[in-house]
Amino acid sequence: MFGFSRSQQIAFLIMVALIVVCPYVLYPVFLMRVLCMALFACAFNLMVGYVGLLSFGHAAFFGMGSYIAAWTMKAWHVDAVVAIMFGGLTGAVLGVCLGYLAIRRSGIYFAMITLALAQLVYFFCNEAPFTGGEDGIQQVPRGHLFGLIDLNNDMAMYWVVVAVFLGGFLMIHRIIHSPFGQVLKAIRENEPRATSLGYRTDDYKLIAFTLSATLSGVAGGTKALVFGIATLTDVHYSTSGEVVLTTLLGGLGTVFGPTMGAVLVVTMENYLAQFGQWVTVTQGAIFVLCVLAFRRGVIGELGGKLRLAL
Amino acid sequence: MIFGIPGPLLFGQLLLGLINGAFYAMLSLGLAVIFGMLNIINFAHGAFFMMGAFAAWMLLQYTGIGYFPALILAPLVIGAIGVVLEKTIISRLYNLDHLYGLLLTFGMSLVIEGLFRNYYGSSGLPYQIPSVLQGATNLGFMFLPVYRGWVVVAALFVCIATWAIIEKTPLGATLRAATENASLVQAFGVDVPRVITLTFGGGIALAAFAGVLAAPIYSVNPNMGDNFINTVFAVVVIGGMGSIMGAIVSGFALGVIEGLTKVFLPQFSATVIFLVMVLVLLTMPHGFFGKRA
Repeated sequence: MFGFSRSQQIAFLIMVALIVVCPYVLYPVFLMRVLCMALFACAFNLMVGYVGLLSFGHAAFFGMGSYIAAWTMKAWHVDAVVAIMFGGLTGAVLGVCLGYLAIRRSGIYFAMITLALAQLVYFFCNEAPFTGGEDGIQQVPRGHLFGLIDLNNDMAMYWVVVAVFLGGFLMIHRIIHSPFGQVLKAIRENEPRATSLGYRTDDYKLIAFTLSATLSGVAGGTKALVFGIATLTDVHYSTSGEVVLTTLLGGLGTVFGPTMGAVLVVTMENYLAQFGQWVTVTQGAIFVLCVLAFRRGVIGELGGKLRLAL
Repeated sequence: MIFGIPGPLLFGQLLLGLINGAFYAMLSLGLAVIFGMLNIINFAHGAFFMMGAFAAWMLLQYTGIGYFPALILAPLVIGAIGVVLEKTIISRLYNLDHLYGLLLTFGMSLVIEGLFRNYYGSSGLPYQIPSVLQGATNLGFMFLPVYRGWVVVAALFVCIATWAIIEKTPLGATLRAATENASLVQAFGVDVPRVITLTFGGGIALAAFAGVLAAPIYSVNPNMGDNFINTVFAVVVIGGMGSIMGAIVSGFALGVIEGLTKVFLPQFSATVIFLVMVLVLLTMPHGFFGKRA
């Protein structure tokens, strides 16, 4: 099912087992932050790992998803699921618009264009009245699940986040291993050839970009509910940098890499938070180290050692 | 009154636009030169710009060296740092996908800016305008602060000098040839790796020079490069990285457009350059001066 190989099945079971056990050992809010970041990184990896296009503007989808989910929750008091879906919808709409512009170029230009477009979204959020400017949207209620379960309980919220994460994770895995995903990989390897085989590569890129943006919006919306806040930080380009780092550290184009990267990056931020700017310095140093010595990332190197595709 | 706008306001914003444009031009010029030779986008360009401003501040603070010597010294020092970084780190990436260069330089900018924020905070340090360039002159239609006029003139001079070196001198010819076909130029006996290193150093020195010019206008703070670099990327996309003159012209032009937007549609002033980028992408995806791949 879902196109897992045998080794990936085992890795997946280990991951699920950890997700089930961890909240009884570790702080659930910390784990929820990891899972939101993991889903965001998995969505980002769909673009960079399988289409070969590095987006430097994914914060736009994450942040806007976060804003819209927070706003619908606060203004309309909708169900938690509806708010998260609004987050995803926002990501999708924004993904179509920005993707339509960005896929006109590739390589370095693609990265610069996505960065600039995300900056446009950032300035919009800075000015628009509904975002609350510098203050952001604060005290967002977590609400209820299907009108029944009160999500103010951290463990209840945790299982919702787990469901969202696993849903997104399996969806991405399914996409990658579908005929559609094969075409994406063909585009990554040799775009002119994919074109010559009759595939409209631009359409494929746009669909992949939109899917990636949608899931980023879902991740942002979920994050807004967990922490009850949506701010400018979520749309700032440092968030785009963070998701790039997460995916690079875990392993570009690997199935479990982004999740592993999220565990490492969020843990590091958690421990270094008290040292102020050293978080940024460490992140930068990890970037440099990864690019120089460690390009396949933790999971990529591990898979290489074990001769498995993880 | 021009178009229902008071003259001084219009010209004042036009001058501000021209000054921002001068910085866009110098920074995108450096990016274009480096990209042409090294095939990487230097994400740390804003960080080197900031280091240039800090170098001027440190020279004054710790050694008492003033503005004009700093205008020469700071680019040399920061350019030398650039050369060292190229030799030790960046040169390892030339056989890899270009995107790794972007990621690496992004990491470098995080390290540099993080360190400066640690030691100097984010609030900004003042840097006095040198006494010769203080005051303002009356041009008849507006008052021109001397320093601002100086910035525009100095930036124009440096941009045109860079253009002339690249387009009109034998050194520039070697450089352009190496951009076209490095292995062939190497076969003629040119030390291409050294040309690459010097180009990178030169691009960085340009950023640092812009930083020194910026020091008295904007307060010297670790985020000053950050604020510029995203806009400069949009400028580069609009101009295309194919030509040196293209980078200069689009830098100045977009600065002026931004300044005019502040007068006529102030709510769009922060976003106008990005909106222009969207328009350019829709109509001519390779930019105004870009070469078709």
